[in-house]
Amino acid sequence: MNKRGRSRSTPPWPVAIPAIIALAFLVLPVLGLLIRAPWGRLIELLTSRTSLDALRLSLVTALSATVISIAIGLPLAWLLARAEFPGRRFARALVTVPLVLPPVVGGIALLLAFGRRGMVGQYLDSCCGITLPFSTPGVVVAETFVAMPFLIITVEGALRGLDTRLEDAAATLGASKSAVFRRVTLPLIGPSLIAGGVLTFARALGEFGATITFAGNLPGVTQTLPLAVYMGLEGDPDQAIALSLVLLLVSIAVLVGLRDRWLRTGVAS
Amino acid sequence: MTGVVARVVLNRGDFTLDIEVAVAPGEVVAVLGPNGAGKSSLLRALCGLAAIDQGQIVIGDVVVDDPARDVFVDPAHRRIGFVFQDYRLFPHLSVLDNVAFGPRSAGASGGKARDQARVWIDRFGLTDLAGRRPGEISGGQAQRVALARALAAQPHALLLDEPLAALDIATRQDVRAELRSHLRSFQGPTILVTHDPLDALVLADRVVVLESGRVTQAGTTAQIAQRPATSYVAQVMGLNLLRGQASAGLIALDDGGELHAPDHLLAGPALVAVRPTAISLHAHKPEGSARNVWAGHVTGVQPIGDRVRVTVSGAPSVVVDVTAGAVVELGLVAGSEVWLSTKATELEVYPG
Repeated sequence: MNKRGRSRSTPPWPVAIPAIIALAFLVLPVLGLLIRAPWGRLIELLTSRTSLDALRLSLVTALSATVISIAIGLPLAWLLARAEFPGRRFARALVTVPLVLPPVVGGIALLLAFGRRGMVGQYLDSCCGITLPFSTPGVVVAETFVAMPFLIITVEGALRGLDTRLEDAAATLGASKSAVFRRVTLPLIGPSLIAGGVLTFARALGEFGATITFAGNLPGVTQTLPLAVYMGLEGDPDQAIALSLVLLLVSIAVLVGLRDRWLRTGVAS
Repeated sequence: MTGVVARVVLNRGDFTLDIEVAVAPGEVVAVLGPNGAGKSSLLRALCGLAAIDQGQIVIGDVVVDDPARDVFVDPAHRRIGFVFQDYRLFPHLSVLDNVAFGPRSAGASGGKARDQARVWIDRFGLTDLAGRRPGEISGGQAQRVALARALAAQPHALLLDEPLAALDIATRQDVRAELRSHLRSFQGPTILVTHDPLDALVLADRVVVLESGRVTQAGTTAQIAQRPATSYVAQVMGLNLLRGQASAGLIALDDGGELHAPDHLLAGPALVAVRPTAISLHAHKPEGSARNVWAGHVTGVQPIGDRVRVTVSGAPSVVVDVTAGAVVELGLVAGSEVWLSTKATELEVYPG
């Protein structure tokens, strides 16, 4: 090893020290969670009534929010990426609002729109007897509101980056517009759609502020994992830590899954 | 089938494409032109990826685009095979499924479409590549897949956009010969656009020359190659093109000088095409049988392959191809004074 080579690879201490502090700052809390975890009672804690209810509810609502986001978010992403209509740029900006809006504010906004006396909610109540606040569907609404932008933005980006010349080629081969979308567009944006779906699911699973504001905190009905963690801190901290581990596990799974996806698109392009 | 009959007018800002083409079934027509002449726009209009502003496009017996009658058939229903310059194979599908895309779109089940595709795969010698992705095959192979994919959709007409431009020179020659035989076996009308005169000469029966959106010459490949109508065509064909007035076997050239024609038949505006190899250079005024002799000075000397191209300014100014030996013998450098001669029988003289 020559000196120059070494000096280039060894960072100077004014950079190294804050960098180490930053890394430690990010890692230590997670480490603390793992160290303080009640490993011996883990099974017992996770299979308690409250835990199982919260787990089941979180899974159902987050999956529902993801499915709804794909069902209505994918067409919106397509319109934003491909169609020409007045106010398109404004619409794209609106989509990102829930990303930066504090979730509690989102919850209040949802109450004002879909609450029993809300703009839309009063008609839902009077015509169809549907009451969203403080119900499981209300949780899904809150989660979808907060998480859908992740899907729209990811998929829209993929659609914009997609080579429309391939769709032209498909058309000259006799494929109808829907067949072009199904057999060319969708497979090509597939990795991004999956990534967007995973991000949406992860965001929905971790949703707290909008959920507790709009849907409340009823065990078995609206008390999702994050809410159960928060409540657990008051009564049974071990339970809170156990449930936190579950959420940590999901986060790691998302990271691994997305990294895999990035690798694959790297090869494809 | 009655082939393709089209008049395509496209307005794009200050560029206007206005071209008429008629191609019979089994015939291959090359649209030859420099970059930006409107060749690709023509193909996009024919296959329905762009709508024409005026004119009419008829494929077979069906009017597929006629703005005056508000008729527009979208690309999916025109049944026009398109081989794109960049091939545009679907990266997420195997070679086999790329070729099966057309039959599948026509309504065949997955298995049936693949069976049909296999026939084309075998015919094009792609059997070993059937399972590969487009990213795993060479440019020449991709070109074959693109053609097989277009033909498997059983098109009523075939369009090729610069079919060989994406290939390196070494493979281009092989693929060109192979493409020729495949095009010969296609029953429908074929239109290919290219800026390479060799593509046009080898692959096509007729050539339409397109320059700045207009047709400047149309004819058989032999006619185009022998009697270019514009300096562009002469240049790509490697010919000297001179313009003048013919009378009594003598052509008075517009830019100075005169030449003896091989016969006395022509009178009026005339074009003279001379191959660069048909002109000889001499250090002194030649005393030979050549009837056309004139003086000039060399303005450029440039090797081209095994010959040397000498640009000579005079009346007329021409390019002359000589051997490297002649360059040494005559001591040709820029500025050299030379005598030029060519036989009257070497001149291709025709009405201009």
